[in-house]
Amino acid sequence: MSTPPVDTAPSTATPAVPPGQLTKDTYKGKIHPDWCPGCGDFSVLSALQTALFELGLKPHQVLVVSGIGCSSNLPGYINSYGMHTLHGRSLPVATGAKMGNHELKVICTGGDGDGYGIGANHFVHTMRRNVDLTYIVMDNQIYGLTTGQVSPTSSKGMKTKSTPHGNVENPINPIPMAIAGGATYVARAFSGKQKHLVEMIKGAIQHNGFALVDVFSPCVTYNKDNTYKWFNPRIKILEEQGHDPSDFKKAMERGSQWGEEIPIGLFWKRTDLPSLEDLEPVLHEGNGPISRHKLGISAEQAQALVKELL
Amino acid sequence: MATVDFAVGIGGENGQGIASTGDLLARIFARRGLNLNAYNAYQSIIRGGHTFLTIRASDGPVRSMGDKVDVLIPLNQDSIDRHLRLMKDGSCVIYDGDGLKPGTAAAGVQLCPMPMNQLTKGNKLAANTAALGATLQMLGIESEPLETAIARQFKKKGDAVVAENVAIAQAGYEYASKNFKPMKFKAPKLSKPQAIITGNQATAMGGVAAGVKFYAAYPMSPSTGVLMWMAAHARELGIMVRQVEDEIGVMNMVIGAAHVGCRAMCATSGGGFALMTEAIGMAAMIETPLVCVDVQRAGPATGVPTKTEQGDLWQVLSAGQGDYPRIIVAPTSQLDLFQTIPELFNLCDKYQCPGLVLADLLISEGTASVDPADLNFNAKIDRGELILPNGDGDGENPFSGYNDRAYLRFKNTESGISPRAVPGVPGHIFTAASDEHDEDGTLISDEFTNTSKRRMMVEKRARKMQKTAADIAPPKLIGPESAKVTLVGWGSTEGVIREAVEKLAGEEGIVASQLHIKWIVPFHAEEVSRILSKSKKVIIVENNFSGQFARYLRSETGFSAHGHIRKYDGEPFMPHHIVEAVKEQLAGKQVLSVPTHEVSV
Repeated sequence: MSTPPVDTAPSTATPAVPPGQLTKDTYKGKIHPDWCPGCGDFSVLSALQTALFELGLKPHQVLVVSGIGCSSNLPGYINSYGMHTLHGRSLPVATGAKMGNHELKVICTGGDGDGYGIGANHFVHTMRRNVDLTYIVMDNQIYGLTTGQVSPTSSKGMKTKSTPHGNVENPINPIPMAIAGGATYVARAFSGKQKHLVEMIKGAIQHNGFALVDVFSPCVTYNKDNTYKWFNPRIKILEEQGHDPSDFKKAMERGSQWGEEIPIGLFWKRTDLPSLEDLEPVLHEGNGPISRHKLGISAEQAQALVKELL
Repeated sequence: MATVDFAVGIGGENGQGIASTGDLLARIFARRGLNLNAYNAYQSIIRGGHTFLTIRASDGPVRSMGDKVDVLIPLNQDSIDRHLRLMKDGSCVIYDGDGLKPGTAAAGVQLCPMPMNQLTKGNKLAANTAALGATLQMLGIESEPLETAIARQFKKKGDAVVAENVAIAQAGYEYASKNFKPMKFKAPKLSKPQAIITGNQATAMGGVAAGVKFYAAYPMSPSTGVLMWMAAHARELGIMVRQVEDEIGVMNMVIGAAHVGCRAMCATSGGGFALMTEAIGMAAMIETPLVCVDVQRAGPATGVPTKTEQGDLWQVLSAGQGDYPRIIVAPTSQLDLFQTIPELFNLCDKYQCPGLVLADLLISEGTASVDPADLNFNAKIDRGELILPNGDGDGENPFSGYNDRAYLRFKNTESGISPRAVPGVPGHIFTAASDEHDEDGTLISDEFTNTSKRRMMVEKRARKMQKTAADIAPPKLIGPESAKVTLVGWGSTEGVIREAVEKLAGEEGIVASQLHIKWIVPFHAEEVSRILSKSKKVIIVENNFSGQFARYLRSETGFSAHGHIRKYDGEPFMPHHIVEAVKEQLAGKQVLSVPTHEVSV
């Protein structure tokens, strides 16, 4: 490896803390987000940074993987390893990364179009595999980066640039879909309730298995229907209502609720299922993750392989 | 030099045990030290249809399935009807005399009807085993290897099944010794046993030799053999193998595993490759090395799933949008597949780019003998400028990234190659983006678009390819420069073209040379131009309709070939197809020859 270049520019880092000590600022990225002022994604970014800090995870132990869209720009704004992949593909990339180095905390971030539209196939299969990933979907019910077209979670009747006469299709409700699909931690949160959002994310990161946190993250520019003002009176926090997240029927019932009252919180959680990583013996042999295993095979193994061909 | 060169053809429906009979024969021949090549012409159907397996063996080199069948074993009437007319003087046909009617054979073809019902004691599925016994007897092979081979083949089914099959094979052997004339030649026995390997096995084993730790795939003929081999050996060899929901997921998963530092690989066919192409561009953009094998089959779309073609050259050349560095190689044989995969991984690690392999049904599902000593798993491994986790992050600047520019993952170096840290390494934090990005990974595609930086990064990535050609062997002319004709091919057709060249010299008195291309990108344009400019007549041989390689050669060298031999009926070339086409082109009758496959399989 070559020597890193010497940078003479003065560091603009402000926190005067000893090296090696985590602060919330440790997780700040190099650049300020280019989201619209008021965008719900700011709250999600901040909540994720708080969650990582409170869990004491070091930045190099974390890999944040996103797809494409406004919210998928998030890895660039957080100080951890990041992958900003293709539209809809964060989950398979993250699965591969997790398999390759299962010691990493792998967190996927993206939007509703990315995850429930173009990436829906991967969404379903990643859930049934119960890969140990945290998936935070910033659900704004609109395509923002392409300037306001209908999304898989846009309400029926919603007028957008691609549905000028109103959306005639039914939206996906990701909560019952995820519960039925095999996710083992299914939560919903709201950008306007940040403390609660932090708790949902922390629970997801600590959970061993596939964890979905669907976050109402309003698009202040293109979605004039589902605004903070629209959500605020409707949002009801499950944790304040004595919901039991181990009750499948109740989880489906509350997850399907929509209209005057919309529940947020942890709908469903089960800890009796092993994650994909737990079930693959290959990951638990030798020293550490497979990406650090010695390459090549022993002479005895080679001999055995050749013998099969004789 | 070959003293004996013969082929056994077995025909029947799918489900009649043709593959297992073929495998038995191949193992017996290989254990005798014979070289062999086996090609199975089959259909996309699980039961029924017509399958025809050709196993050719010799004490000399065997580079294709050849031109003739010496022993025909038709297991049903359909197979007799299709193949008997092609049998020549000196050959024989071994069949069930109770149930099948041979019709008229050419003079000198020995018809060998066997009372199969009696020999197999009514076990209809064992007619192939009785025929196998007869075949060995007529080839002058002792009966003892038959027992070993059958025991090996059927041991999972229990001792009773082994005993029954050995008895049936013996009965067939005895019957032939009493009732049929032996062949005019005897299968020789050499001192050194050979191994037999399919191209798909060779691909998987090449991956193992390269140190592959992650393999993902979606089943697709004719590439599925790689997945099955990997899945069967995954746990003993410590390889993570995943079957993914689609090929888009496959390539993205491979990228994820490769990005954190695994050597990662996948194989598919043209349709699956089409789904992977956007992600292959991402691998190039985030400079993550990986290897993807396209086992070509006849296209477009679903095409002919069980038939071969070299029709994906331009798909692979132009996979994904934009300009990006990648290495493309078309291995020329089963052994070459095994040896090329580790070499390609080293190149991909060095240049931090995707490596694409153009194989095809002919070599990937085809079987060849190899000298076991050539299966060297101790391949050279060079991972290039890779930084793997080596500390706990408690040193100076442990969480670099926050307002820190010390480590530049995409540093604009002179070679274009930037030291590559993988996630998990303390002090090297970066984001890898499929968007255009600056040296440190920051996006320059949205808010910070910047023409000079965009140009810098495009040039940085492109610069990596400038010296790659020096790392790989340039193609060589086989045969004299003064040859009357130079045959040019690429990938899997090397063997059959070589045999055609030998046939032209030996049987037709025509001196031909061969220039075979293996590395597609980088392409040794200067060497190829120099060789071809001295050739008297250049004919390109390829298994597709439009002359995809001829166009590529023209685009890279400006050289237009004088003639073309193309085949796109789903079946591979046989040596005589090329020989006859060369003759008609030398006679000035054609500039484009399309040989007819004589039998419908």
